[in-house]
Amino acid sequence: MELLLFLILFPLLTAVLCLVLPDHPIRRWVIRVSGVLIGAGAVYLLVTSYDSGMRLIDVPHEPVGMIMQVIVLAIALLVLYLGVRYRKPLAVGLILVQTALVQYFEFQYAPGLAMEANLFVDEFSIIMALIIGVIGSLICIYAISYMRCYHEHHPEIEDRRRSFFFIMFVFLSAMFGIVFSNNLLWFFFFWEVTTLASFLLIGYTRTEEATNNAFLALHMNLLGGIGFALALLYIGVTGAPLGLDRLVEGGAAVALVPAVLIAFAGLTKSAQLPFSSWLLGAMVAPTPVSALLHSSTMVKAGVYAIIKFAPVLSGTVPGLMVALVGGTTFFLASAMAITQSNAKRMLAYSTIANLGLVVACGGIGTYEAVWAAILLIVFHAVAKSLLFLSVGTVEHQIHSRDIEDMDGLIVKMPRVAAMILIGITGMFLAPFGMLISKWASLRAFIDAPGGLVFVLLIAFGSGVTLFFWAKWLGRLITRPLDEENIEGRVKTEEISVLFALSALVIGVCLLFPRIAHSLVEPYVLSIYGMVTQLGQDNEIIMILMLAMILVLPLTMLYFGNGRDRRKLDVYMSGRATTPDMHFKGSAGIDRQLSLHNYYLEGYFGEGKLMRIGVAVSVLLVLTMLELIVVPGVLA
Amino acid sequence: MIAWLYGIAFVILAPLLGGLVAGIDRRVTARMQGRVGPPILQSFYDVGKLFEKERAYVRASQNFYILGYLIFIAFSGALFFAGGDLLLVIFALTLSHIFLVIGAYSVTSPYALIGAERELIQLMAVEPMIILVSVGFYLASGSFYVSEIAAYGGPLILLLPGVFIGFFYALTMKLRKSPFDIATCHHAHQEIVKGVTTEFSGSTLGMVEIAHWYEAVLLIGITWLFFAWNPLVAVVAVALVYLAEIFIDNTTARAKWGFALGSIWLVTLVSTVANLAVFYIGGMA
Amino acid sequence: MAYMKRSPWIIHYDGSSCNGCDIEVLACLTPLYDVERFGIINTGNPKHADIFVVTGSVNEQGRQVIRNIYDQMPEPKVVAAFGICACSGGIFRECYNVDGGIDQVIPVDVYIPGCPVRPEQIIDGIVRALGVLEEKLAKMKEDGR
Repeated sequence: MELLLFLILFPLLTAVLCLVLPDHPIRRWVIRVSGVLIGAGAVYLLVTSYDSGMRLIDVPHEPVGMIMQVIVLAIALLVLYLGVRYRKPLAVGLILVQTALVQYFEFQYAPGLAMEANLFVDEFSIIMALIIGVIGSLICIYAISYMRCYHEHHPEIEDRRRSFFFIMFVFLSAMFGIVFSNNLLWFFFFWEVTTLASFLLIGYTRTEEATNNAFLALHMNLLGGIGFALALLYIGVTGAPLGLDRLVEGGAAVALVPAVLIAFAGLTKSAQLPFSSWLLGAMVAPTPVSALLHSSTMVKAGVYAIIKFAPVLSGTVPGLMVALVGGTTFFLASAMAITQSNAKRMLAYSTIANLGLVVACGGIGTYEAVWAAILLIVFHAVAKSLLFLSVGTVEHQIHSRDIEDMDGLIVKMPRVAAMILIGITGMFLAPFGMLISKWASLRAFIDAPGGLVFVLLIAFGSGVTLFFWAKWLGRLITRPLDEENIEGRVKTEEISVLFALSALVIGVCLLFPRIAHSLVEPYVLSIYGMVTQLGQDNEIIMILMLAMILVLPLTMLYFGNGRDRRKLDVYMSGRATTPDMHFKGSAGIDRQLSLHNYYLEGYFGEGKLMRIGVAVSVLLVLTMLELIVVPGVLA
Repeated sequence: MIAWLYGIAFVILAPLLGGLVAGIDRRVTARMQGRVGPPILQSFYDVGKLFEKERAYVRASQNFYILGYLIFIAFSGALFFAGGDLLLVIFALTLSHIFLVIGAYSVTSPYALIGAERELIQLMAVEPMIILVSVGFYLASGSFYVSEIAAYGGPLILLLPGVFIGFFYALTMKLRKSPFDIATCHHAHQEIVKGVTTEFSGSTLGMVEIAHWYEAVLLIGITWLFFAWNPLVAVVAVALVYLAEIFIDNTTARAKWGFALGSIWLVTLVSTVANLAVFYIGGMA
Repeated sequence: MAYMKRSPWIIHYDGSSCNGCDIEVLACLTPLYDVERFGIINTGNPKHADIFVVTGSVNEQGRQVIRNIYDQMPEPKVVAAFGICACSGGIFRECYNVDGGIDQVIPVDVYIPGCPVRPEQIIDGIVRALGVLEEKLAKMKEDGR
């Protein structure tokens, strides 16, 4: 229990220190040491608790509840003030509605629902804690050198790194709070803190674009927050348990309405259609923000909530609606990713798509689906954070985040390029992690009632994801001109973090059977009484494949030499071409070869697909909400 | 243990069978065109010659990628014939094609680049269908394992006619036959020169050719599964399917990639939904 | 096994020909003469080819192209000049823009005159070229490549 409190409260200490200390080596060391301690704390949690099953922990409700009340009101006032100052009436309206609902709940019902078992830990929260603690800390450490470089390149942006790191660590604390909270009111409190953190970090640069995008994120997340508040009110009115464990145990009869409302909040937080635009807009924020909040952790909180309620949603019509929203998002977001040449936007679409897959699994809610969903969360968090941070490092060196400018990266920045390669292959290739998860999801969908739609969505979607990942992969490897190696300019700290994440990607793939057996399966077993596996022999074969892939580059030593081999020119239809790829075109005009990827705008155009996606998902979400509003429809 | 032996047998024997199939393909094609055509062993002569050529390269790393392509195609075929999980076979096959595409990207040539992009479009087009073939086999026979599907004991083709039609349509692209040979073509040069294999010569090209043989045998194997309950029927059916593919190859011109992608997806969607929905409605899932 | 002889792939380049020889070359691929029965394939890619078939003579623009294509072919390779223009410039030899036959730019192994060259001569010429190819291969192996 002390460990949980440590994980939730210690980052706050770091946050305050970062706010107070000036930019100085001491502050940097505070961040590094804190990061290591937080990561170590999460690992220690794993080691001590992984076989203990689910444990509830008693924490006195007061004075924590009182403190939370105060902070919630303070947040509301801050949002109100900012909404007025930046003239965003929608934000003002939403925060007023949400605050009203929550306060009503607080005064009317909360006293009667006071509980003791406010925190808990189980295998799933250990997994989430590891992601937050290890990956989150790595990202914060990376941010030290990244933000320094960022402000050197952007002198016009006010240096507010104190606030930056303060909010980052407060955010880590809130995430730990989310995954350890059993009391839904506390869950909601931490949820709100993450909304605020995201809002403030997106708007970090204070440019007009950043401010608008920050408010877009705020609007959508507040909308979700209202859904959450309505769920709390429903619990208050019907006398349902406020504890997550007892609520979920109660099943659909007791918990379906709050489950659907919280799922709605989860949809907004994880940027599913029709709420995807905020995540795309959030890409204006500095890269560590994109990596931490908008791919590995905060958006995972949204799907975490849905997975927690999966047993309730399973087999219900609203659950099916949630799953359809996820599945549609998966397919359409993957398709739209093809048309993006801005690397961060492409990664954003890919994140949305993968979260869609997790949501689909959550909505289906069978034991196989939840098993697949948790694995998806793990693999995605690791690989995606690696990719975002690598793109950040690359951007600082080549001053562009466009994929078309990343050609020849294997020569310009070989180690970083190799790590991006690992990240990309981790996202879609066998035998790497995401492939395993997609495989598991496919199996889950096939066996689910009415699963054909989802099978189709994943079959078509996976072909689509192949395209944009392989395109980027290819781009890194082409070498049109003789480029020089500029990697020396990258700070050691950044490369070390990237290296650590790459090792994690590979390690998690190698260890996946262990992770599945020790953590995921006990969790699924405890909830559903049934468990599933990918088959022992398949695990062996995949390890074999991984070994082959890792060994294969050694053949480069044999081939890469070229001692007794002649080097041929590229075929340019017989035209004489200079080494820097200039040739005489028709009418003798001098031209230079330039190679670009296909973006297939005509077929997968963002505008067209987004319209379809929003239309379909709005329909699904409205149906889902209406189904719980009209009680008679609930069987 | 037996399974491993089948896998190893595949690795050794498939090139022989595949080369013969390729040779027969060219012979039949020639006869259809009113010509005499090359000897049946021609493909072996071609590969033999390629390995005798000078070891030249455009990028030193290209051989590494093509070796990866060859190894993983052989691996996925071996896994299939050893009776392994069909989905894993498909994922390994996709992995091998990615190696080919990366190999084409690494040479940084305009024709190879276009070939690589179009190869990716090809992969995108057929991936849904082959995944759905596995799903179909699972729903019909209750297992993903090739050994169990093959031992099913009933005519899977009668349970999966729609899936078979979709598979047949996509097979044209998988075998790189007209009208869907958009990335690289077997013998006649085309508007993007040789597409993916433009910058490969000598032993590199030889490895690509051998990989095609492995793939052909694997695809024949998947086709066989539909008819596995009766080996005689299976032989005839596979021969007819291949013959039909050659016929289609000879009588059509290459389609635009947009049409190829769109029509394969459409046929996939319609044929598999019509077929597999029956399983879900009938409660056989 | 004599693979080289049984699988000669050609690349055909037209210099400044009147296309008469080109048409005869292509006629060889048709069912009437069907050179594929000897394993001959017309690949459009020098890196895949063994025999460089050139028709037409050399002019200023074509020099570099012929050289480029020749260089991109892996060993062993032979050059066959089909038609009298490729051999020596033909009836256009005195023109101001014609530099002469292909051997101005690259070493030629087989000369097949004719205006236009006939399919029977083409097939005969290729068979000769195959012999040269085998010799070159033997020499290559001797040199230890």
